[in-house]
Amino acid sequence: MTPTVSLLGTTALLFEAPGETSLATQQRIWSLARETQSWPEVAEAVPGMNNLMLAFSQPPKECDGLTARLLAAWQAAEPLALAGRLVELPVTYGGEAGPHIADVIAHTALDLDEIIARHTAPDYPVYAIGSHPGYCYLGGMDPQIATPRRKTPVLRLPGGAVSIGGPQTGVSASAGPSGWNTIGSTTMRFFDPAQSPPCLLRPGDTIRFRAAKVIR
Amino acid sequence: MIEILSQTALATVQDLGRHGALGFGVGTSGAMDEMALSAGNLLLGNNEADAAIEIQVFPFTLRFRQACAFAVTGADCAATLDERPVLPWWSCQAAAGQTLRLGVPVAAAWKASRAYLCVAGGIDVPAVLGSRSTQLRGAFGGHQGRALQQGDVLAVGVPGEGLRMTGFGLQPPALVDRMQQDGVPAVRVMPAAEYGCYTEASLAAFWGEPWKITPQSDRYGYRLAGPALSPIAPLELRSHGIVPGVIQVPPGGQPIVQMRDAQPSGGYPKIGTVIAADLWRLGQAPIGSLIRFMRCDWDEALAANARNRAYLDEALRLIGLHRLQSGRG
Repeated sequence: MTPTVSLLGTTALLFEAPGETSLATQQRIWSLARETQSWPEVAEAVPGMNNLMLAFSQPPKECDGLTARLLAAWQAAEPLALAGRLVELPVTYGGEAGPHIADVIAHTALDLDEIIARHTAPDYPVYAIGSHPGYCYLGGMDPQIATPRRKTPVLRLPGGAVSIGGPQTGVSASAGPSGWNTIGSTTMRFFDPAQSPPCLLRPGDTIRFRAAKVIR
Repeated sequence: MIEILSQTALATVQDLGRHGALGFGVGTSGAMDEMALSAGNLLLGNNEADAAIEIQVFPFTLRFRQACAFAVTGADCAATLDERPVLPWWSCQAAAGQTLRLGVPVAAAWKASRAYLCVAGGIDVPAVLGSRSTQLRGAFGGHQGRALQQGDVLAVGVPGEGLRMTGFGLQPPALVDRMQQDGVPAVRVMPAAEYGCYTEASLAAFWGEPWKITPQSDRYGYRLAGPALSPIAPLELRSHGIVPGVIQVPPGGQPIVQMRDAQPSGGYPKIGTVIAADLWRLGQAPIGSLIRFMRCDWDEALAANARNRAYLDEALRLIGLHRLQSGRG
């Protein structure tokens, strides 16, 4: 399997690693991001989930040379084990804090305590920041609690909502629309534009959820 | 100072966007019509990227609390200054206390839906993460991180050296460089990663049919209505970086074009990207109107970027000549 490279108009280029989503691949993506960030045509190297977007400072005259360099850099990229911080998030699960937990229970056929136990068990590595200011894409969720995204998106999921969308979990950093299932809430502030850096977390950090309260 | 008199606004402070913060989850925002913003700034001797007010709901009224040179670009919205007509794409002088009113955009030779009030010195709000554009989702940037409201008072920056006079204008690029296909306004599109994953019929419809801009369209994205686009097989993607202009196709098959307030990442399949050089055209397309997609390759997209640049360079040159000539007279 080979990586794919595609264009987003003349604004950016998207590199996608092959294979199943994994932390090892993500560590190579971080490595590739660090390498490409210094290239003259790259304004910003932005990791996604096992992929990397290169936003152009100036689009190159032709893309073949850049693509070849990128593929070579990927072949050479060693996993970069970023030694980040571990941040524990106290979560209120269920009730008004987690209005969709019944849907997760129905889909998984697990009871509330089992879902909370499985959700709080792993350490979740932050793969990437994206979606909205301060939002963390996390790896590591127990596939047993995976629940499909909602058919109709919720128009205004509040900031701090802890949710499950397909095989992923995350915490919204500010209010906005979302198709994920909210199972709990936290009061942690993930983004402050007055701080440098403005994000609480960065790729390589780790989140651990702790059940501070359960509403039955 | 400028005081907002309109009750409903949805108007925001925008510049050419916030670049370099994608890695914090912060999209670019910025003017939906970059050409109008840049040209308006040039008319006033500003930096091209200075901040202005983007207006998308009309009528819109404001009062100048100080004497101020200004220009209204973008849509021709039959503007008046204390009841006297103001020409579109024209540099004008307001006295302290005068009221500027922007009416509903008129069906001009160019049809547009957003107007820009540019002022000499630019709208002076603090730059956050390198830009004065309003980041609505993050509630920062612009004026207090939100759309303008009645009673808001905005500071105006110090006019630059370039401003010596007013009373001249520019031809809008929509007149100079019109783009249509079969009588329908068109934008150029480059295929994106999942282009080849759609059925032949879907691809034929994508290029061949007009697309209607639905009322569920805003600064975040334009939801289009037309023939359903079907993938050959269901597509599941991992979240990845996206940019304004990306045309996503959610499972329903009706495409969404990401616009300036788009998220910096997404997971829906991408059939194409409206090229950066044409995004201003889409940003001006009214809700309910039709749009067509014209296929374009990398070289053509670069040429389109260069053409936009050439328009602004020529505008700058002519404005400079005009000032010189008037200075002598």
